[in-house]
Amino acid sequence: MLIKKPVDIRPSEITSKESYFNRRKFMQAAALAGGSIVAGDALPAIIPNEKRAKLEGVVPSEFSTDETPNSYDDVTTYNNYYEFGLRKDDPFRNSQEFKPRPWSIEVTGDAGVTGSFALEDFVNSQTLEERIYRLRCVEAWSMVIPWVGISLADVVKRFKPLSKAKYVVFETLLDRDQMPGQRSRSLRWPYVEGLTIAEATNPLPILAVGVFGEVLPNQNGAPLRLIVPWKYGFKSIKGIVRMHFTDKQPRTSWDLAASHEYGFYANVNPNVDHPRWSQARERRIGANQGGGFQSLFSASKQDTVMFNGYGEHVAHLYDGLDLKKNF
Amino acid sequence: MDTVQQIRFIWKPLIFMASLVPFALVVGDLFQVTGSLGPNPVEEIQDRFGYWGLRFILIALAVTPARTITGKQWLTRFRRMLGLFAFFYVLMHFLTWLILDQGLLFSAIGEDIFKRPFITIGFAATLILLVLTATSTAGVRRRLGKTWQKLHNWVYAAAILGVWHYWWQVKLDASDPAIYAAILALLLGYRFWQRRKRARQRTQTASA
Repeated sequence: MLIKKPVDIRPSEITSKESYFNRRKFMQAAALAGGSIVAGDALPAIIPNEKRAKLEGVVPSEFSTDETPNSYDDVTTYNNYYEFGLRKDDPFRNSQEFKPRPWSIEVTGDAGVTGSFALEDFVNSQTLEERIYRLRCVEAWSMVIPWVGISLADVVKRFKPLSKAKYVVFETLLDRDQMPGQRSRSLRWPYVEGLTIAEATNPLPILAVGVFGEVLPNQNGAPLRLIVPWKYGFKSIKGIVRMHFTDKQPRTSWDLAASHEYGFYANVNPNVDHPRWSQARERRIGANQGGGFQSLFSASKQDTVMFNGYGEHVAHLYDGLDLKKNF
Repeated sequence: MDTVQQIRFIWKPLIFMASLVPFALVVGDLFQVTGSLGPNPVEEIQDRFGYWGLRFILIALAVTPARTITGKQWLTRFRRMLGLFAFFYVLMHFLTWLILDQGLLFSAIGEDIFKRPFITIGFAATLILLVLTATSTAGVRRRLGKTWQKLHNWVYAAAILGVWHYWWQVKLDASDPAIYAAILALLLGYRFWQRRKRARQRTQTASA
């Protein structure tokens, strides 16, 4: 008899008990909702609670770039996630014990549908899409990352914002025990970010639940994070527990920390420099597998593109707005 | 072997080798022998050289207070070497920025130096250390006489500019540069205190 050794079975090949039950629960919920599943081949979004588990039913997106994505190591060991520390490798080091489940998202404010929703219910009426996006950090480096997520526009519509709602505000989990970075006052916790309703209902932003076709690692903002590809990375808030609809522009964490350096809009813009450094160019990092001298010279800088190259989809959102003032 | 020979043939070579370890680790990590430089190697190299430049400035500045406190005059014999290593690491930091970060794109380099204050002061500190290095030999020291000490007091300015440069470029949390600033304040404060003490002694002797 041939017995497969446990090491031969990758974790991603096993369907966890939990994800099985999640699927069942969803089917029941969908049946109760009167069959609200969109017709077609798309599967409802199921997010297994297991590190590096493969995500099923992911469909490609027309918004994906054909640029070569960064390596898994680049994306998962070089992170800004101050809840887990200030150094780039701190999130990877300090988030391994973080528990992204059970998880719920509270929806509040000026919306037709509000309340607390389990992560599973929050995402599973939507389709998982792979969106390969450029990520431009305000620190003048960039990567290409194959996210998996659900359309934010569809999420927002499901909660039926009232006409007076002008902004949607997001908040990260506040948990000093699990997030050691929150014990220091580097930023005001919990982390707060926001978009205008027009930005949030643009087709580009997603709420990501995965990367590289797998469940989102903790250091990348598990279980649910925002991705807004035409804005600097700090807008793309991680570990989201709250979505709030309001008529007031929120004071975001970076705005409160240094409002002259980090504006609410934070659109990628080579013509508006950070007060202390140029935003005209960026380093596409990570083209350095194997090390050696070549890794140093292949990492030279490239020109930064307005709206990070997504202008055709988003430039109209800022018609008539002075982007030098509203940086 | 007497103390002078011991310093020359044992301690100096040992400290020289030890001072090269941070550089050797950068090379080792670059070729992934001793470790790795991570996904952003240029930034990592630039940061490490910058830290070691600052650390060697502080170590060199600690020599004189250490000599006064312990009374061991031979400590001064290490001062020049430590100062030269400070310049070596600052120069490597500068060259990393110039060649690897900016890619020798002189329009961007000029803009950075003149438009970004934290780079302006870092550049100024580098120039100061360059002058001090060029005038560090025993021959120049003899020729300049008393002027030499005056010139080399500019190391204090370089140290202040260096720590300021570091403080100014951190994105948010200044607790690391604050440690460097505190050590520098201690080293400069000690000198200030010593000078006042000497001045007071002189007035006392004069009035006696």
